[in-house]
Amino acid sequence: MKHTLQALLLFVSPWVFGQTYFPTNEGVKTTSSIYQAFTNATIHTVAGQKIEGATLIEKNGVITAVGTNVTIPKNATVHDMKGKHLYPSFVELQSSFGIAKPKANRSGGRSAQYEPSRSGYYWNDHILSDYNSLQDYQYDKKQASELRNSGFGVVNAHNADGIHRGTSIVVSLQDDAPESSRLLDAKAAEHFSFRKSIRSSQSYPSSVMGAMALLRQLYHDAAWYKAGNATSKDLALEAVIEQNGLPKFFEANNKLDVLRAAKIGREMKLNLAITASGQEYEILNDLKATGAKLIVPLNFPKAYETNDPLLLNKISLRELRLWNQAPSNPGQIAAANIPFALTSAGTKSSKEFLNNLKLAVKYGLNENKALEALTATPAKMLGMANKIGALKTGYYANFIVTDAPLFEEKSKMTAHWVQGKEHVIVDENLVDIDGDYTFNIQESVYSMSIKNSTSKAQVTVKKDSTKVKSIADYENNNLRLLIENKDTKTYLRLYTDATKKGLVNGQGKDSEGNTIDWVLTTSESDAPEEKQKDLGSAEKRTILPIAYPNTGFGHTSLPKAKSVLYKNATVWTNEDAGILSNTDVLVSEGKIAAIGQNLAAGDAQIIDATGKHLTSGIIDEHSHIAASSINEGGHNSSAEVSIEDVIDPDDINIYRNLAGGVTTIQILHGSANPIGGRSAIIKLKWGEGIENLKFSGADPFIKFALGENVKQSNWSSFNRFPQTRMGVEQVFVDYFQRAKEYGETWKKYNALTPRQKARQKQPRYDIEMQTLWEILEGKRFISCHSYVQSEINMLMKVADQFGFRVNTFTHILEGYKVADKMQEHGVGGSTFSDWWAYKYEVQDAIPYNGAIMHNAGVTVAFNSDDAEMSRRLNQEAAKAVKYGGVSEEDAWKFVTLNPAKLLHIDDQVGSVKVGKNADLVLWSEHPMSIYAVAEKTMIDGAFYYEADQVASQLEAIENEKETIIQQMIQFGKETGGTQTPQSSSKRLFFCETLD
Amino acid sequence: MKKIYIILTALITTFGTAQQTPASKQTESILIVGATAHIGNGTVIENSAIGFSDGKITFVGKYDGSQPAFDNVVVAQGQHLYPGFIATNATLGLVEIDAVRATDDEDEIGAMLPHIRSAIAYNAESKIVESMRPNGILAGQIVPRGGSISGSSSVMQFDAWNWEDAIVKADEGLHLNWPSPYTSGRWWLGEDPGLKTNKNYQKSISDIKDFFDQAKAYLQDPNKPKHIPFHAMKPVFEGQKTVYLHADDQIQIKDGIRFLKDYGLSKIVLVGGHESVEVVEFLKDNNIAIIISRPHRLPQSEDEDPKGTFRTANTLIEAGLVVSIDVSGRMERMYTRNLPFYAGSFAAYGVPREKAVEMITGAAAKILGVADRMGTLEVGKDATLFVSEGDALDMRTNIVKHAFIQGRRLSLETHQTKLWKRYSDKYNGQK
Repeated sequence: MKHTLQALLLFVSPWVFGQTYFPTNEGVKTTSSIYQAFTNATIHTVAGQKIEGATLIEKNGVITAVGTNVTIPKNATVHDMKGKHLYPSFVELQSSFGIAKPKANRSGGRSAQYEPSRSGYYWNDHILSDYNSLQDYQYDKKQASELRNSGFGVVNAHNADGIHRGTSIVVSLQDDAPESSRLLDAKAAEHFSFRKSIRSSQSYPSSVMGAMALLRQLYHDAAWYKAGNATSKDLALEAVIEQNGLPKFFEANNKLDVLRAAKIGREMKLNLAITASGQEYEILNDLKATGAKLIVPLNFPKAYETNDPLLLNKISLRELRLWNQAPSNPGQIAAANIPFALTSAGTKSSKEFLNNLKLAVKYGLNENKALEALTATPAKMLGMANKIGALKTGYYANFIVTDAPLFEEKSKMTAHWVQGKEHVIVDENLVDIDGDYTFNIQESVYSMSIKNSTSKAQVTVKKDSTKVKSIADYENNNLRLLIENKDTKTYLRLYTDATKKGLVNGQGKDSEGNTIDWVLTTSESDAPEEKQKDLGSAEKRTILPIAYPNTGFGHTSLPKAKSVLYKNATVWTNEDAGILSNTDVLVSEGKIAAIGQNLAAGDAQIIDATGKHLTSGIIDEHSHIAASSINEGGHNSSAEVSIEDVIDPDDINIYRNLAGGVTTIQILHGSANPIGGRSAIIKLKWGEGIENLKFSGADPFIKFALGENVKQSNWSSFNRFPQTRMGVEQVFVDYFQRAKEYGETWKKYNALTPRQKARQKQPRYDIEMQTLWEILEGKRFISCHSYVQSEINMLMKVADQFGFRVNTFTHILEGYKVADKMQEHGVGGSTFSDWWAYKYEVQDAIPYNGAIMHNAGVTVAFNSDDAEMSRRLNQEAAKAVKYGGVSEEDAWKFVTLNPAKLLHIDDQVGSVKVGKNADLVLWSEHPMSIYAVAEKTMIDGAFYYEADQVASQLEAIENEKETIIQQMIQFGKETGGTQTPQSSSKRLFFCETLD
Repeated sequence: MKKIYIILTALITTFGTAQQTPASKQTESILIVGATAHIGNGTVIENSAIGFSDGKITFVGKYDGSQPAFDNVVVAQGQHLYPGFIATNATLGLVEIDAVRATDDEDEIGAMLPHIRSAIAYNAESKIVESMRPNGILAGQIVPRGGSISGSSSVMQFDAWNWEDAIVKADEGLHLNWPSPYTSGRWWLGEDPGLKTNKNYQKSISDIKDFFDQAKAYLQDPNKPKHIPFHAMKPVFEGQKTVYLHADDQIQIKDGIRFLKDYGLSKIVLVGGHESVEVVEFLKDNNIAIIISRPHRLPQSEDEDPKGTFRTANTLIEAGLVVSIDVSGRMERMYTRNLPFYAGSFAAYGVPREKAVEMITGAAAKILGVADRMGTLEVGKDATLFVSEGDALDMRTNIVKHAFIQGRRLSLETHQTKLWKRYSDKYNGQK
């Protein structure tokens, strides 16, 4: 009834925003000059400023005055707000409010679509810069109500689809206003993500690194287009140029994508505000350095159900910690002084949002910061700081009304006024009748318990202490109750009403129609004490400190280089000195300082290495661990993408590799394309952020590939060039020819004087061509996935034709058939020790391959391409001794010095030599013995793995898990509800993984 | 000494060119002297003399002049002698090239397939099987994959003209893949790849139970039309056929073993057993042997000991269980030749070295029910053995010099050694 009444009232009240130049045919034309005055309120004008006993005057949806010395105009209606707090409405930035979800384009079937669907626009369908969300917008009252109940009065809405998602609109959540009033901005901001549009099945980009490359290229192209260099029309680029001044919002999916978006933002000078993941407390320093602004969700995970210990065992410490630490995320971001707004995106209901908002405050977010992040900050990010986000003269009269200070546990939002129009949240005329009551009817004693009476009343009835079926309804202060008599299947019918003091006595009828007096007595609650702490409890869970990385086996603090003296070891120098017995090695400031006998320790930590072997760290030329994606399979050439963009520093396989003595890896792009992506060379400094993992000063490399994978032979794909090895050659010839012409064009252009330059068009900057040009210039080096001799020979001939040298063939399983040609070309071979027979093209792969190439003078390495095998490359090296009789000293170089040479880092790593990086592994015995165990793995003089620490690390993991599970039992209610345990698993990448 | 040397050379030339052609029956007796003999039951004889004739071992002892006369003597001083290594839960010979579907014969369609037999699909001329022998792996259990009941496995030796000749023990085991109490989302459909409780777990178990019950009922009545799958369960219920329970999770292990025990079955072997270390006492109480997953695999979750998969075997062996090594997993067929190194890797993490040898010899034979014929160097057993230059569990010294199956001297050439020689000769010729 209540709702009907309200609707009726709204219907008869004339809308205050008359559109002055519109004709009317429904009566006489009226102009509203009525003010509304809100008196006796505590008004929070902006975060941190409140005025007690204040008055706010509104006219036509806009505030005309706020303060204590305000004269109330005569023609004002007055709302007494005694005891109430008024706050500026929140501003939501990250929403698809009212925008129809686009339909997925499923055309194309199994064949991939490579070409764009539109013409006259950019070459990639996922760049929708020209799209404006207004075209799919329709005001949605249900969503509006949910947002208003969360406190949001204004929403920035966009179609969350595509990489460049086009532009958003800003809408005021006034249900009854015409769009002319509530649509505050029809083209408000640009939106981005790394996810493709579902409106097109164009295959590129299939990976995050592809999306990053696409965005970079887009902005290079926009600048070039703007300068008038293009000869054709591109409406998408024109939109990018035109919209340059708009705010820019980026939706990222996880914390690493937040950093990636920030990186793009900084490179392309986009001044992005990025939707955060909720785990930014793990990357605060890195994030701060990017200068990005954040839009922070309150998506705190619910506690896991704790009743299945076996399933709970499968939940990782990483996931348990997330529950523990996530509520501290907003507070930590604020403490780090990173500018941020808060969003309701990521929470499922207004209830959850408001609960979590208070939870964020409970776990460290300052109340004023919280309010600012909901009001002034998002207003500023939208460029509307002079209209919304504060209660000041000239601002929209958008405010929420609460019955107590907003962040107090018991505080309720009772109403939300948007543009001067009230939206009731809690009907304050409805009397709260929560409580426990008893009454007697026909010799039976009944007890009744009522909860949530002001929203949806829950009533339970017991007859003589046994629960009985009842149906209750509480509306307009009328309580109606039906109580079943189980034996007769009849109902007692009772009704009463509530006054301001509560329920009064009522009446009813029994099943025979006799009138009953319903005499109610309030009673003490017999509900058991809540065991769990809810939000209101003063007790807090202890927020556990993060580890580096924030997973099991993460360091409690980052390892530091120290002075270490390995005493009396057998040292595999990989230098002319060979294998030295009873030798000391001194490490200082991250470098190998001395090698010799009876070295003085000074202040160095002494490690007794008697009976043990010390080697340089293992280097894996071909790895796919520690990356979020591996292949950009959307095009047959993807030189524009880089694995450096998608390094994942939290991959547990880094630690497992350290446990196998690996210190440096090359993360290669996969083998989906003849021309793959650029690789990343990293040191396995477990716990460090992305930038500190990168091998400083290393030459840049790129992955190429040949054979079955690039032909897409082993899956149903028949429409991508090339489908044969003949085609593969022509892909290379085509791209290198174009790169050559590209480079020469730029060379000529760069040689021009500024005056000459002004008179001609600037060549287009093309990241892909630029990368290939680097190869032709000898500034970037190829590691090429290869199997059969024909294709190996072919690529060397292509290289000869274009005047460069192939640096490395990886896999290279038929290298032994053309070892002489390889030696002549000067290319190295990084192969598997004994893989074969998994594809047709490896039928002739033999484990003697390494030995034969080595004997022919080729620099040979053994690599992994496999997160498991990389942990035991020392065993793989030993296979060169078994298969083909390579000497032990040379075999050891297959996994140390030789890959260092192939990666051009042998001046820094790969051998035990004074001055080189202290990347050292202490082995329990001969490093190629099957019985050898890596005991200590050091990088740049710091220990990143020590075998004797593992037992205590395992114990610490178990203890911390138990601590958190106990917290979940105690504090699980804080986030409301629980979730079933679900473990997450890291996907493993191989060459053939397609994203 | 000179005579012996000549004999040895003759042997090598005779058999050295045989390549993949199976060797002919042993006609002359052979004595191998001076080697460190790893018996396969945890013991070692230094400076041993091991003799065999007509395919059977006839003498095992010290090389101290006490042995009778043999037609040929192989001097193996400083070298190591082992029973042929046995790969358990292998698919050798069932797939030749992974990516070529036409060569794939390991997984038949259907859920309950006790009648499906791996033996007849075993490719005795597989180039991959051939590559086992130079590493000392001379026999294996060939197992079909897939479904709830995958079918029946057979033990095969690796030097034969055809599958029939290769059989050591036919249809010795039934393979039961226990359902998982957890499921994981299909990431390629955008589902969360995390584990969650499998709501169909009990249903999957009752499907297996129904099959067992119906087969059992069927076997009670001799006058009925023949039901091939049910009929294939007969040796299982009669206790002649081992049931290999493939299970990793501790719930699976317990539920599966209890299930089989309820049918009165006693020949039960656990295969995989990732979490077997969590239920060691249960396994002991039920006297269950284990084919434990190989060490060369990743831990199943990020909080596990990075070397956990290397440590499982020791925990089980210390508890007194009979343990061999499961070779299944990524690249399983080509990796099977690394079986000695799986054993060596377990030895690096606690298993005593002779126990590690036993895992892939005596214990494997015991588990497969062929201990009367192979697995140890004992008089009366098949002369399936090999000589390695050094420790055969270590890559550097696993250099097989001589290998015999049932007394037949094997060629150690393969498709791969031929290519090695062919191309080495090419480059040597260029020099």
